[in-house]
Amino acid sequence: MSEHEYVPKSKAGKWFNDRLPLLTLGAHLTDYPTPKNLNYWWTFGGILTFCLITQIVTGIVLAMHYVAHADLAFASVEHIMRDVNYGWLIRYIHSNGASMFFLAVYIHIFRSLFYGSYKSPREVIWIIGLMIYLLMMAAAFMGYVLPWGQMSFWGATVITNLFSAIPLVGDSITTWLWGAYSVDNPTLNRFFSLHYLIPFLILGLVVLHIWALHVPGNNNPVGIDIKKPSKDTVPFHPYITIKDAFALLVFMIIFAGFVFFTPNVLGHSDNYIPANPLVTPAHIVPEWYLLPFYAILRSVPDKLGGVILMFSAIFILFVLPWLDTSKVRSAVFRPIYRQFFWILVIDVLMLGYVGAMPAEGIYLVLARVGTIYYFLHFIVVMPVVGYLEKTDPIPMSISEPVLTGGAEPSIARKVNDKV
Amino acid sequence: MSKEEKKVNRRDFLFTASYTVGAVGIGAVIWPMIDQMNPDKAQQALATTEVDISNIEPGKSITVLWRGKPVFLKRRTSEEIAEARSVNLDDLPDPQKDEDRVKEGKDEWLVMLGVCTHLGCVPLKDKGDFNGWFCPCHGSHYDVSGRIRKGPAPTNMEIPKFEFVDSNTIKIG
Repeated sequence: MSEHEYVPKSKAGKWFNDRLPLLTLGAHLTDYPTPKNLNYWWTFGGILTFCLITQIVTGIVLAMHYVAHADLAFASVEHIMRDVNYGWLIRYIHSNGASMFFLAVYIHIFRSLFYGSYKSPREVIWIIGLMIYLLMMAAAFMGYVLPWGQMSFWGATVITNLFSAIPLVGDSITTWLWGAYSVDNPTLNRFFSLHYLIPFLILGLVVLHIWALHVPGNNNPVGIDIKKPSKDTVPFHPYITIKDAFALLVFMIIFAGFVFFTPNVLGHSDNYIPANPLVTPAHIVPEWYLLPFYAILRSVPDKLGGVILMFSAIFILFVLPWLDTSKVRSAVFRPIYRQFFWILVIDVLMLGYVGAMPAEGIYLVLARVGTIYYFLHFIVVMPVVGYLEKTDPIPMSISEPVLTGGAEPSIARKVNDKV
Repeated sequence: MSKEEKKVNRRDFLFTASYTVGAVGIGAVIWPMIDQMNPDKAQQALATTEVDISNIEPGKSITVLWRGKPVFLKRRTSEEIAEARSVNLDDLPDPQKDEDRVKEGKDEWLVMLGVCTHLGCVPLKDKGDFNGWFCPCHGSHYDVSGRIRKGPAPTNMEIPKFEFVDSNTIKIG
């Protein structure tokens, strides 16, 4: 890293930088040496930052018009949709923005899984990332409660009742969460408070996430350690900024497509019915991004068991760096693991699908098979494959196989296939 | 460690005393922060509901709201009572006699929280495999006495505290 060499050109800049080295930080971020072979799967960090800022900005604006009271919340959301200038646009950006945020974060996580970005020395980046993911789920859940429609109310009821499965203190905890004897006005009020807080906690963790990233530097599609800076790296600006910007534009086109053409396709029509504590909708489903975990919850015919398994499905990811025994990071050079990776992707997609279906018949069978594979993948496949697998030879550097013109052409081709 | 170092001196005492006072102080501040989230006085004040039951025909039921939760009041027919009492207790995941779920002498009145003991949805009446209630959320079947028979719910639907104020009025809570 070159920040200690940086000296501002202007006298005023130097005066300020000696007192608060913000300009040094800026120079570090600009010059930050980045592997030159990063592909488009690496653009989702920037896209996620965009998503977070979008949610914060639209959220602050919505809070100027929204009323967090059980009697008024539903009407105030309709007021935003009908009366507030551009309220419909801001709300649709915010509600679809949550989905886009999760779409991007899932791609980001699977990128990490494929290229081994969670492995040493990047375990802390991975763990902070998972903490962000957990907070995102909490924020999304509480945000979905705020319109106080039928899905809001019953989603809140089902999710808070998960805690009632805890032996002995479960009921006290749910009452404490509700601030009442059921989901009611106090619940809505505190969910609004927390929904406003969490994005800023996420923002703080994002700073730590990037800080932790800048210590070892980016992983890359080849997954090898590289010297920084060297002929294997390029400065972050303009090389990565321009690539990130292009990917962001494509992402925004898809985002805008949802907002302007199908703004409600990812929501549930029952949420346009005001909350009614006497009637449960016939078919309760969470938002799409929580469906795989919902499928795991329902696959267990026991209340406590289902809840434990669902939370384990998330928390097992925290120990992933220590479950994976392979010395090779990138799945490009791991012919066996690579196949299991794709099985996991299909498995999670399938769990998401059956999570949206009724928990009976073939769907229940699929949910159980999917749940078993999900855990087997992390507990058995990752340690065992990492230990037994014969990996392909990895190149000495990012440049070498390309520049030496065929010293190891088979390797060069293989790398390029994936890059 | 040598013997001298193990000896408790004035500084150790001060450290321990400071930590203790600090911990008590932090606890005294944290507890109000946690307890403020528990149901407040206004919520607790809603603790009882009185219901007029004079208009309920045998075989019919009504649903009332108590503490934000639905309560089912069902006036059962003698066939339904007989059916509830003919069940072998060994067939029940949460064994409980029908007699223990109603007030003695008022066997026709089943008063229970209309809340599925799985994850809190409201079960639908006259549905499911056991002639009682069925929860649409995750498929729990309850019998005519509100006892869990099949599905993920762990226990029978809860019987709240209630009493007959007079022959036409029930007080819940």
